[in-house]
Amino acid sequence: MTESGNATDVLLLTLDVNGEQHEVITEPRRTLVDVLRHDLRLTGTHVGCEHGICGACTVLVDDRPTRACLMFAAQAEGARIRTVESLSDGPELSDLQRSFSEHHGLQCGFCTPGFLMLAEGFLAERPEATKDEIREVVASNLCRCTGYQTIVEAIDGCAVARRCPKEF
Amino acid sequence: MKQPLVEGQLVGRSVSRREDPRLLTGRGRFVDDIALPGMLHAQFVRSTVAHGEITSVDLTAVREVPGVVAAFTADDLELADITAELGRPLSEFVPTAMPVLARDRVRYVGEPVAIVVARDAYAVEDGLEAAKVGYATLPPVTSEQTALAPGAPLVHEEATRNTLVDVSLFATDGIDEIFDAAACVVHVESRTGRQNALPLETRGVVAHWDDREEQLVLQTCTQVPHQVRTVASRCLRLDERAVRVVVPDMGGGFGQKCVVGREEIAAAAVALRLRRPVKWIEDRKDALSASFLAREQHYEVRAAFDADGRILGLDADVVCDMGAYSCYPFTAGIEPLMASAEMPGVYRVPAYRVRGRAVTTNKAPTAPYRGVSRPQYVMVVERLFERAARELGLDAVEIRRRNVITEFPYTGVNNITYDPGSYLESLNLCERLVKDEGWYEKRSAAAAEGRHIGIGYSCFSERTGYGSAAFAQRKMRVVPGFDISEVRMDTSGAVTVTTGTMSHGQSHETTMAQIVSDELGLDIGKVRLHQGDTERITYGWGTFASRSITVGGSAVRLAAAKLGEKLCRIAAARWDAARDDVELAGGGAHHRDGRVLTYEELADVAYLQAHLLPKDIEPGLSATATFDVFNDGTFSNATHGVVVELHENTGQVEILRYVCVEDCGVAINPQVVEGQCRGGIAQGIAGALFEQVTYDDQGEPSATSFMDYKVPTAHEIPDVLIHHLETPCAFTETGAKGAGEGGTIGAPAAVLNAVNDALRPTGVELDHTPITPETVHRALNLELSS
Ligand code: FES
Ligand code: FES
Repeated sequence: MTESGNATDVLLLTLDVNGEQHEVITEPRRTLVDVLRHDLRLTGTHVGCEHGICGACTVLVDDRPTRACLMFAAQAEGARIRTVESLSDGPELSDLQRSFSEHHGLQCGFCTPGFLMLAEGFLAERPEATKDEIREVVASNLCRCTGYQTIVEAIDGCAVARRCPKEF
Repeated sequence: MKQPLVEGQLVGRSVSRREDPRLLTGRGRFVDDIALPGMLHAQFVRSTVAHGEITSVDLTAVREVPGVVAAFTADDLELADITAELGRPLSEFVPTAMPVLARDRVRYVGEPVAIVVARDAYAVEDGLEAAKVGYATLPPVTSEQTALAPGAPLVHEEATRNTLVDVSLFATDGIDEIFDAAACVVHVESRTGRQNALPLETRGVVAHWDDREEQLVLQTCTQVPHQVRTVASRCLRLDERAVRVVVPDMGGGFGQKCVVGREEIAAAAVALRLRRPVKWIEDRKDALSASFLAREQHYEVRAAFDADGRILGLDADVVCDMGAYSCYPFTAGIEPLMASAEMPGVYRVPAYRVRGRAVTTNKAPTAPYRGVSRPQYVMVVERLFERAARELGLDAVEIRRRNVITEFPYTGVNNITYDPGSYLESLNLCERLVKDEGWYEKRSAAAAEGRHIGIGYSCFSERTGYGSAAFAQRKMRVVPGFDISEVRMDTSGAVTVTTGTMSHGQSHETTMAQIVSDELGLDIGKVRLHQGDTERITYGWGTFASRSITVGGSAVRLAAAKLGEKLCRIAAARWDAARDDVELAGGGAHHRDGRVLTYEELADVAYLQAHLLPKDIEPGLSATATFDVFNDGTFSNATHGVVVELHENTGQVEILRYVCVEDCGVAINPQVVEGQCRGGIAQGIAGALFEQVTYDDQGEPSATSFMDYKVPTAHEIPDVLIHHLETPCAFTETGAKGAGEGGTIGAPAAVLNAVNDALRPTGVELDHTPITPETVHRALNLELSS
């Protein structure tokens, strides 16, 4: 069989990712995370399990943290998608990213984009979140390196600073 | 050790991580992020039976699947086997070959039988489904007991009784008499569950042939790039110079990536044959069922005590279920040899006898995993002390106080000489921290209300500065230990440091730069680390056994010091001054009389004005140094204290408090050390309470997704209070001892002891991990019904 052989139909999709429109020709079975990573080359979003548990693939879909491995790219048409690449503008880190660094909330950094997008979506929805609520949300993703404490502290630190900017 | 690094420097400070900005913005580059023109995607046809003869492999239909480009069996690729060896007699070690792809026989579910490449990752999965492999099944060996039973089926014909390693490293004369005469003899029989080190980034490789360099290039996530190069060149029968291994960012390893995987070699072989880039990324199902595993051990241990609680002897029999193959380069000896050599640990034990065995079974093979055997042996030894304390009516901490080593250097019954540590101090301080928070009172109050709170400790040391001498004692055929570093300054006075170690989350880019920055008096922004590239340094042993800062960091400091010496000599020559009148600081060379030459000026002379150099100074600014540890190594130590509550209705073990007092000598970057502790403790708790790779009696793995393999989340892992003690190491250039594994070593013992403390009223004592809710529930209900 040659490489040009093709058993499946393809679709033309338009995806809104980080405020840019992208046209992608892809198989219907292709997941959102694969299209983001391999077709659009936005490799910041990672894959840890492909079955919805680890959360490494978390992106925002219409502002809600979403497992990009559990969604077909075709389902994301018409939605606003945000990936980790959107968090900072130029070389400056965002306050959330800075907080992760200050609290040593990452080691290998593989889970980090997923946690950042999880936190970004969550804090936008609940800026007044308590540390316990943050821990609850952090428990939806897996990290194998940090033991989670510093991730919770990083997100809490960012939330506190956003609430009372003058003290910081 | 050299003089402590001077005041006002970066070593000892929580300098913020230099790797963070790229990792936080999605600009890190992990192996699956790499895409090369014309790249093919590989996956493996894997065995569906645990034990069997391969009767046929038919890949015809696979090759017909749209998008599939090629498919190969072992016979097609004609690769040499991977064989790890120990230099021990056959009575002690049986070498077994691990073919890159299975030939004739399969020995575990998930063993790779054929490799398929397709133009994308979806098509390759389609291809796998079309593969037809015939097996004549053989009876599987699924546990260490069945492996050792007379008449058991053999996993490898050459290994009678399925035993790959059988060593009796120590047997003190008269030990039986000591046990006969002892006031108290306690016994522990303990099993620990098979675990997966489980880096969040699975294994993977992108291999391609580089025509210009005439090299096969493997971009692979490995902790040991040079060893992958060695094995790839041997399996593919290439000169080693024709293989380059480059490691991108790595999403964890924890030991699973410090051995050579057969898949990366197979993918390389296909790239070589097709002259096209080939990518293999392990999926999570394969990572859970067919990657290297660890930790399934069985201990039968007795300890003899006098009436005052002083330990008189330890008699241990350790059997490790190593699965189907010996890993390269460590072999199946990794776990039994570690347990046998390192026991009894922090305690003064006058008599010791140990037998350590590795048995082979039809399960995925094992590799080192963070802590290697020390989580297990420490747990068992700590159980013995707790049991003896109960029998003798002593306090659990007091009995440890009476037995820990307090005089250094101390040579143990296992012939190890321990460098100075803070065993007693860490124990006392940890107990104090737990007491000061009122946990003893809370425990009593809870008991009065019918709740079950328990307090447990573990006290341990861990060898971290393994040099060649220590590994040579294990009789490894391939002896790790030294490391090499090059420090190079460019014409702008900026420095590139190359190391043979490889960070996979341990912050080397920051900590190594801190060391160099202090040594040369150079701004850290001017220092960059290069790691994980076999072309950049002649050899290196990568990162495992907490060796990076102890050994690698020492080589880095020595190389920087050599470069510094050259800079001083150039400055002295320029000034026509004596070498001793020159010293380095603040980004340049200073003469006593106040004259200064900046590094930029010195580098300008070394490269662009080389005619100004005296004859005995070569142009250029680079220096290379090697470092090895020639004595028994260096020992970090810690005490962990845990408070748990057992929930009657669910059997759940909830951790209420976790306190860790650790001593890793000079902490180059305390925040990084704390991160290593916390992460390690999380993995130790995971082993104590949650994670287990299970198999049915046909050898079918039953935890192949995160639904079944229970990785703890932020719900289960508590905050950890960390207190540092600092006993500088005498044998390393940095004063540092390793810090990567201690958390994992200390946690299971402390958790198990705390659970047993809470179970005290029931009379039940638990000695196995993971401690399941079912066991706890049963124990508590025993109490209720009695
Ligand atoms: S990769 Fe999507 S949840 Fe794990
Ligand atoms: S930092 Fe490595 S998995 Fe979270």
